[in-house]
Amino acid sequence: MEIGQQIIEALQYGFIQRALIAGSFIGICCAVLGVFLVLRRLSLIGEGLAHFSLAPIGLGLMLGVYPLYIAMPMAVAASFLILHLAARANMFGDAAIGLVSAVGVALGITMASMGSGFNVDLFSYLFGDILAVAGMEAMASVGLSILVLALVILHYHELFAITFDEDYARIMGVKARRVNHILVILTSLTVILGIKVVGTMLVSSLIIFPAVTALQVCRGFRAVILLAAVSALSSVIFGITMAFVFDLPASAAIVLVNFIFFAFAYLVRQLSSWQFT
Amino acid sequence: MVLEKISCQVDRGDYVGIVGPNGSGKTTLIKAILGLLPPDQGQVEINGIPLDRFTDWQLIGYLPQVSAMANNFFPATVAEVVFTGLLGGKTFPRRLQKKDREKVDKILSRLGITNLASKQIGSLSGGQSQLVFLARAMVAEPEILILDEPTAALDPATRDSFYEMVAELNREEKTTILLITHDSATIGRYAARMLYLDRRLIFYGSFADFCHSQEMSQHFGDFAQHLICHQH
Repeated sequence: MEIGQQIIEALQYGFIQRALIAGSFIGICCAVLGVFLVLRRLSLIGEGLAHFSLAPIGLGLMLGVYPLYIAMPMAVAASFLILHLAARANMFGDAAIGLVSAVGVALGITMASMGSGFNVDLFSYLFGDILAVAGMEAMASVGLSILVLALVILHYHELFAITFDEDYARIMGVKARRVNHILVILTSLTVILGIKVVGTMLVSSLIIFPAVTALQVCRGFRAVILLAAVSALSSVIFGITMAFVFDLPASAAIVLVNFIFFAFAYLVRQLSSWQFT
Repeated sequence: MVLEKISCQVDRGDYVGIVGPNGSGKTTLIKAILGLLPPDQGQVEINGIPLDRFTDWQLIGYLPQVSAMANNFFPATVAEVVFTGLLGGKTFPRRLQKKDREKVDKILSRLGITNLASKQIGSLSGGQSQLVFLARAMVAEPEILILDEPTAALDPATRDSFYEMVAELNREEKTTILLITHDSATIGRYAARMLYLDRRLIFYGSFADFCHSQEMSQHFGDFAQHLICHQH
């Protein structure tokens, strides 16, 4: 069967449609939030929260409760703990992220070893299972994405000002603390839904790759956000398509497409700088 | 304790040069005035309003030290950066309008940097960046302009014209100026008052009084004080 026909056939399947919807919306959310996080040197907060979420996921599997219901509030709490430690405990943000994520992984492993019969489920959270996204999860992804995009649009100038120069933004009357809290809450929720797309091991790539790809070639802030979103959307669509056609793991395919986009953007940047020197 | 025993009043339209050695608390004082570092004791008032109740931030323009803003790959154009200087006068959701764009164009033109509007901020030289951040501080036409070592990245010719421009703002638009510098002699030509810090307030008064101050003689030594005042 030709590849084109295979793709058309794939689009008829409900699970592929749900994967595309959930993956695209979560990808865009991660990309938009990623621009702010990368520029504020907080990009690893996604990695930390994803790793931390192994603890609530393990707890949910042990108790027989849908794991993401427990993971969402606990990830939000963990993100506040990271901010608190970074501000008050004489440590930089990266150390706070490492500390919180290590505790989460340790608790997750402990619960996995105590329980029995759910190690296979835990594996799907580690590496993602986008083709198994349920209708409710796809709906939640769309709802969350609308919320994220609406809040980013409403707070765009404040987010930009804080990201560029937080002290100056505060002098201009921007409530930096409140905006920072909104940013980490949205990041926590997005990361937890992103776990279903690419798993805890790879979710931070959805945050980092589109942002750094756009940063290679864009000069203005809006342009970076737009290109990051387009890059994320394209990587999800290409990744899922490649996964279906070539029988690859979807999460890995999405991340590898992201890497190809980044490499291409990097090359474009290098070539254009050679032209001007 | 970084800074203690500070009590002074700056009147509307004053031009105050803030001087003192490294680590004397000049930037700390400015940050306390701007509410970035709340004092352990005492309070700051702007226009008679205690800082915790002060909301008219569009009245304040602030130019931080260049070194505090270094991020060479930040994806912002000069126009986007200067726009942020208008946020203080806006309420949620702080939309920027056509008249704001005109204000940005006007200040860029006034500072002679219209050609930089669409350049990425990280691609500019130190002197150009300084002018952009000055544009951000001035775009809202503030009543009070606070400048932290504004001439540090400027060449001598640009530095002199910068001082002239600030003096003109103070003279013609009655903008209150607080300017931190290490260059006591130069600022003495422009500032009506000098504020000398060394972890506490050592001197606050006119440049003429500064030259005859016993406290300053003790601090600088007679010869150094004479040199500064002689250059003036």
